[in-house]
Amino acid sequence: MNYLDTVVQGVLLGGLYALFAAGLSLVFGIMRLVNLAHGDLIVLAAYLLLITASVLGLSPFVAAAAVAPLMFGIGWLLQRHVLGRTLGADILPPLLVTFGLSIALQNALLQGFSADSRRLNSGALATASIDLGPVSVGVLPLLTFASAIVVIIALNQLFYRTELGRAFRATSDDADTARLMGIQPQRIFSGATAIAMLVVTIAALYLGTRANFDPSIGPARLIYAFEAVIIGGLGSLWGTLAGGITIGLAQTIGAAINPEWQILSGHIAFLLVLLLKPRGLFPRAFD
Amino acid sequence: MRYSIQTSTRFSRVSLALAVAMVFMLALLPAYASRGLLQDMFFILTMLTLAQFWNLLAGYGGLLSIGQQAFVGVGGYAMFALVILHGWDPLAAVAVAGCAALLVSIPMGFFSFRLHGAYFAIGTWVLAEVLRLLVAQFKALGGGTGTSLPRAATRNLWGADWVKEVFDVKSAAARDILAYWLALALAAAAIAGIYYLLRSKQGLALSAVRDNAEVARSVGVNAHRLKWQIFLASAFGTGITGALIYLQKARISPDAAFSVTDWTAYIIFIVVIGGIGTIEGPILGVLVFYLLQSLLADYGSWYLLSLGVAGITVMLFAPRGLWGLISDRTGVQCFPIRRLLVQHSNKTGENSVRNHH
Amino acid sequence: MCLLKTNRLAAHYNDFQALFAVDLHLDAGETVAIIGANGAGKTTLLRSLCGALANAPEQIVFDGEPVGALSAEQVVRRGIAMVPEGRKLFPSLSVEENLQIGGYAGGAGGFWNLAKLYELFPVLGERRRQPATRLSGGQQQMVAIGRALMSNPKVLLCDEISLGLAPAVIRDIYNALPGIRSQGAGVILVEQDISRALSAANRFYCIMEGRVTLSGEPENASRDAIHDAYFGVGA
Ligand SMILES: Nc1ncnc2c1ncn2[C@@H]1O[C@H](COP(=O)(O)OP(=O)(O)OP(=O)(O)O)[C@@H](O)[C@H]1O
Ligand SMILES: [Mg+2]
Repeated sequence: MNYLDTVVQGVLLGGLYALFAAGLSLVFGIMRLVNLAHGDLIVLAAYLLLITASVLGLSPFVAAAAVAPLMFGIGWLLQRHVLGRTLGADILPPLLVTFGLSIALQNALLQGFSADSRRLNSGALATASIDLGPVSVGVLPLLTFASAIVVIIALNQLFYRTELGRAFRATSDDADTARLMGIQPQRIFSGATAIAMLVVTIAALYLGTRANFDPSIGPARLIYAFEAVIIGGLGSLWGTLAGGITIGLAQTIGAAINPEWQILSGHIAFLLVLLLKPRGLFPRAFD
Repeated sequence: MRYSIQTSTRFSRVSLALAVAMVFMLALLPAYASRGLLQDMFFILTMLTLAQFWNLLAGYGGLLSIGQQAFVGVGGYAMFALVILHGWDPLAAVAVAGCAALLVSIPMGFFSFRLHGAYFAIGTWVLAEVLRLLVAQFKALGGGTGTSLPRAATRNLWGADWVKEVFDVKSAAARDILAYWLALALAAAAIAGIYYLLRSKQGLALSAVRDNAEVARSVGVNAHRLKWQIFLASAFGTGITGALIYLQKARISPDAAFSVTDWTAYIIFIVVIGGIGTIEGPILGVLVFYLLQSLLADYGSWYLLSLGVAGITVMLFAPRGLWGLISDRTGVQCFPIRRLLVQHSNKTGENSVRNHH
Repeated sequence: MCLLKTNRLAAHYNDFQALFAVDLHLDAGETVAIIGANGAGKTTLLRSLCGALANAPEQIVFDGEPVGALSAEQVVRRGIAMVPEGRKLFPSLSVEENLQIGGYAGGAGGFWNLAKLYELFPVLGERRRQPATRLSGGQQQMVAIGRALMSNPKVLLCDEISLGLAPAVIRDIYNALPGIRSQGAGVILVEQDISRALSAANRFYCIMEGRVTLSGEPENASRDAIHDAYFGVGA
């Protein structure tokens, strides 16, 4: 086993998991809503990319520019007409509704696309790699990781540098008082879910170009995303990246020891963090 | 004027008598019913039991678990392990399998109670996944592909000879009858036990916690301990049910026994569609579920798609489920848990009744 | 000129009626005090005025238009801003961001902006980067007032801005009121401290159990009349 190679692959895989997690974290941070269909929405976006790319004969990276606004709209409508109705003091309704959505989406995709695995064709990029001294890294994993960093920086800028970001944080603190400022919480929430769906589109792009996907893989992506969010500490986007890297590293190291242990090692790393640092690696100062 | 707290109504006393009579009649079913009907009834009863335990957690305890498959799987595998590796009688193994699920639930609770609300839900799911992956490593029980119960063990169940003689059936049918009786007993015991729990002081404390955790704490309710108690109880009940299900199936694999769709998603839909937070809801829900399954099972993914959509629709437009709709219209309660504050007015002798949660 | 007026305003919390046929009005540049005991309905009145509680449309008329049924986010755009009871600052926002969010509804280009507010309350300028909830109670109250002013409202509603503050701090805050009023805004002050409220107001209304029991000008009201209107006759 080439240790350095394993570590580099693990870190880069963490970028993908951070992309899965960023949307989940964004929505939770603003409206305390955990979307159990998050993984399935990523898979949905991957299929939309697949259709767009194959029908128009585009590279999936170009297709993403068309799918992103579509997902944005889906997110907006989903929040406005479905999820928004469930927000309240009781935590069961949003969970049960998003769980129902998860099952419904999986089976709708299964009905529409069959259980066959698919892959987004990224041409020469799929196999391209760069030699970095002792290790050679794939261009796609590198792009994934870079995208994760760009997404996190962009979200942080949005959150802390713009008027919309201020409104996000204010609404998340206290929606009733935010109304007194002229903020419409419902629009803020719809906007947040819509933006999360932009991130989901980017996540789907790399999910689909790096490996095969089929309609059933959503829940596992939700779980990785969730583990990354908890490891990072709720509400911290950079923490989410650290969480993603932790899971990615654990999985690649586990797989290097015994291929059957890949997924299990990721879960165990998560349980260890939960045991030792229940509030995650980078907990928010207040909550 | 005097007040008294009343939890039963005349209707509920009648329905108790009816329930006892119904269990008795169902117990006699094997004398008349075909094997196919018995198998369907077994399915309905075991799903009902699983649903009651999930409802106890989520509907009454506010603990939404997506990891019930962990207990079904552990129960099933514990039963298989005792039978295959230690030569136990499967019926004895079923009882002990519940204890195995209880044992596993202790570390599971330890981890998942560190997470709150929505994260508790995914936490239980992750733990169930961990158990599935660990069990798949266990080569003595078939690893990832699973294994079957030895024929000798399933043929010579305790009491099978007696059943064969009385009902004049073959040993496979005798196994079905025994499993059916156990499922019936389990469902009846689960409903009676949960009903009893909810009417006890603990049940009152539980609904206090669900309505307002802070107030409950201030009057001395230990919410944390209560949640542990129902978590453990539901693990035990789910584990026994899981063992029974796999006794009847006689074949187990990690993917099937730890399936989130079969043992949690279906259960959630049963409870949500029937009416969460009521005992009647899961009963109604399991019947609807069975009907839908008989009608749509051939359409594969359409079936699950429509279940998902039905679940969302119910949550959005009738969050108290079908039973909520029925009892709102008619005021009927078969298992009254809400306490009625009865005001005995001396002059007229009439009782005015107010609903009081 | 009458800026804001209520017509037999009624307010309910589910089955419970908290306000009964309240009639009051406010002119531009005027300060009106609302006094009353605990639970009299003062906060309910302000919540109705700012749109946080829904009323029948005609029951509140602002600038000649019915606004009773508008939501809080619509009302603030029309020009009624609220300093809520208990300040309700946003903990994840800094002092400056709390002020900026006050301008979310518009009103940029009016008299009040960050610079003007830092002039009014210099201490806020010094601590603008800190989380708002790390300030002292009085400073937090200044942020809450500043936040409401950032929308350059025509009517400013203040709910118990002196609650829990030291006398010297209260004086500082009340000293800022004339500056606010001089920009033409009408101010409604809710206070339990009768003398403080009356000394700052042109007119007052006393509320008891959801009804106006006395109104007038502070100079013309006797102590006894106010006492009776406040606590009920014979109390
Ligand atoms: N959210 C609510 N739900 C039900 N009743 C309420 C609610 N808020 C206030 N009330 C009731 O309405 C009445 C008026 O309350 P309000 O808060 O307006 O009084 P207040 O004059 O502001 O009192 P204080 O001086 O204590 O702030 C009280 O009887 C109160 O119990
Ligand atoms: Mg008040």
